Amino acid sequence: MRHLLSAADLDAAAAVRVLDVAEEMAATQRREIKKLPTLRGRTVVNLFFEDSTRTRTSFEAAAKRLSADVINFSAKGSSVSKGESLKDTALTLEAMGADAVVVRHGASGAPHRLAHAGWTRGAVVNAGDGTHEHPTQALLDAYTMRKHLRGGTGDLAGVRVVVVGDVLHSRVARSNVLLLHTLGAHVTLVAPPTLLPVGVQAWPCAVSHHLDAALADVAPDAVMMLRVQAERMDAAQGGFFPSAREYSRRYGLGRERLAALGERTIVMHPGPMNRGLEISADAADSARSTIVEQVGNGVAVRMAVLYLLLAGELPGGHA
Amino acid sequence: MSTTTLIRGARPLGGAPTDLLLRDGAIAAVGQGLSAEEGADVVDAAGLVALPGLVDLHTHLREPGREDAETVESGTRAAALGGYTSVFAMANTFPVADTAGVVEQVQRLGEAAGHVDVRPVGAVTVGLRGEQLAELGAMADSAARVRVFSDDGHCVSDAVLMRRALEYVKAFDGVIAQHAQEPRLTEGAQMNEGTVSAVLGLRGWPSVAEEAVIARDVLLADHVGSRLHVCHLSTAGSVEIVRWAKARGVRVTAEVTPHHLLLTDELVRGYDPVYKVNPPLRTQADVEAVREGLADGTIDVVATDHAPHPLEAKDCEWAAAAMGMTGLETALSVVQHAMVDTGLLDWAQVADRMSAAPARIGRLDGHGRPLEAGSPANLVLLDPAARWEVDPAAMATAGRNSPFRGMQLPGRVVATYLRGRATVAGSRLTGSAGA
Repeated sequence: MRHLLSAADLDAAAAVRVLDVAEEMAATQRREIKKLPTLRGRTVVNLFFEDSTRTRTSFEAAAKRLSADVINFSAKGSSVSKGESLKDTALTLEAMGADAVVVRHGASGAPHRLAHAGWTRGAVVNAGDGTHEHPTQALLDAYTMRKHLRGGTGDLAGVRVVVVGDVLHSRVARSNVLLLHTLGAHVTLVAPPTLLPVGVQAWPCAVSHHLDAALADVAPDAVMMLRVQAERMDAAQGGFFPSAREYSRRYGLGRERLAALGERTIVMHPGPMNRGLEISADAADSARSTIVEQVGNGVAVRMAVLYLLLAGELPGGHA
Repeated sequence: MSTTTLIRGARPLGGAPTDLLLRDGAIAAVGQGLSAEEGADVVDAAGLVALPGLVDLHTHLREPGREDAETVESGTRAAALGGYTSVFAMANTFPVADTAGVVEQVQRLGEAAGHVDVRPVGAVTVGLRGEQLAELGAMADSAARVRVFSDDGHCVSDAVLMRRALEYVKAFDGVIAQHAQEPRLTEGAQMNEGTVSAVLGLRGWPSVAEEAVIARDVLLADHVGSRLHVCHLSTAGSVEIVRWAKARGVRVTAEVTPHHLLLTDELVRGYDPVYKVNPPLRTQADVEAVREGLADGTIDVVATDHAPHPLEAKDCEWAAAAMGMTGLETALSVVQHAMVDTGLLDWAQVADRMSAAPARIGRLDGHGRPLEAGSPANLVLLDPAARWEVDPAAMATAGRNSPFRGMQLPGRVVATYLRGRATVAGSRLTGSAGA
């Protein structure tokens, strides 16, 4: 496997391998000297067409702790001729000898084009493309769940996960549904019908429009809240729901729903959060919240992905 | 150059072999064992099917204004190579073909090129903006004698404006060719809305956005008794609506593109913008429905929606790419592959859908006529047994955006005759311009 473009690129063996290597990487991060010589002399380019300090710094830390040379290329897209700039930027990076390109782009499929249009020979890692996918986020979420629910080994067979919110616009949801299914977990998506894509019926998961019923019926091991942009209620933005208050009442994780969760249920959020909209401060800051931990796990998981891709040791998959 | 051509042993509409004698721009005789005078061109057409020259009701020649994408010269060369003797040039040029001056310019460019008869389509509204009727009468009365009006690329979405346009063109037997796309339902739309768009995270272009406009328009056309033509119909639901309207007696006609007869949205999975088109590639069920509709006559016409783009418009990520596909040089092969080789249409029906019907809808004299003595000598000879691999780089169109690239397709255009003169011979352009 040369690239990581979609969570679907990983079969179960490959996904577990990434998580296992991430465990090893995390162990090295508890040492005094955190830096490993593994990727010395290799060049990793962070190519970010969208602002995302969180994801970029996570990849940057991962690459640096593997001793790779890191180039941060912030090419926040201008409104015109984005296409030319993607191709020309790729050719420039190719000329610089990028071994891996970590790309964040506002257009779904941009990493696919980068990997397959012949513009670069480097390994391409999708760091979030439009409303398509964010596979390393799904990997770090799976890593976090495995740590809490399965002692940090094996797969996630039988784990029950409820994912709540704006699935339609969420690259995190797409990647999570695919990866969690691959790892044997059962996923239930909960959202108003307007925030689910037409065609979601074909996804390997259950779908509900009622959060309370879903939480009661599924008795989830993990509840993942997705970010909802408040502007989505504006008619010009699509008018997906009537008001932030109504959204929050029907689909937000507030104090009462938090209290009704099972004793060991963890609360997750990929960030950045809209406190008071999809998640209350009580939930975000509760003991069951893994939100801060997810961020930390991101570095270990991304170290594993970069290492496996550049060392050519990632089995399985189709990319 | 000889003005007489004797075609020996061709199969008109795929029927029994016979000879056709072309003289002074017309078909002089059809029959067995014809002879020609000294000096006539004699063409051995054994095994070749003869059809009336094809007529494309929906071509983007891009000139004036977007000569980087296509010119009338390059586009009409492509048309001749595809077996066409006439094309209707869409109005979304720069400037827009919304005045007598622009349509006459396009007409003159076509005459100067000389490869096919170019019939300009006039815009319905000024600047394609959907706000005010363009001077439809002036375009109709101009030297270009426009009869087909379309804002193609944009939908005439305002119901009152659409009603007025339908009514107004009755005065000169015009037709409104509607690009059926409800704009609010398709804001930012990138591909067909369905299971594939859900996975790819691309904003969906739902079937209902096409069907809702077609449903409204057939009712409007019925109400005011006008002619409506539906451009590039693409969904199973649209076929049902047009079928219902025709049964009711509404004066509606419809076209389907070659790509909607063959390709589906599964091709989008690799995010290659060569498959980005408007309306988008749909599902296999839609492909089967439009094939059935074309076979039973619900859909009257195959029209290419030939839409060349410069390389950079497709050499980018999906969202930034232009919509559109080239089609003139592959249309007949795709129709043979999708409709003839599958037994859905015979060659006589192909002649109807690709020549007679579009000529009739466009009020185009001299084209789409039966292959019989007295008809203008506009015809195409094709070898249905040939197979070829589509190579966009080898095409005459300036556009390289063929979604059929690399496919093996049946049927090869061998010769095209425009008023008795070979524009294509031996599958190559003759290079002779201007009659």
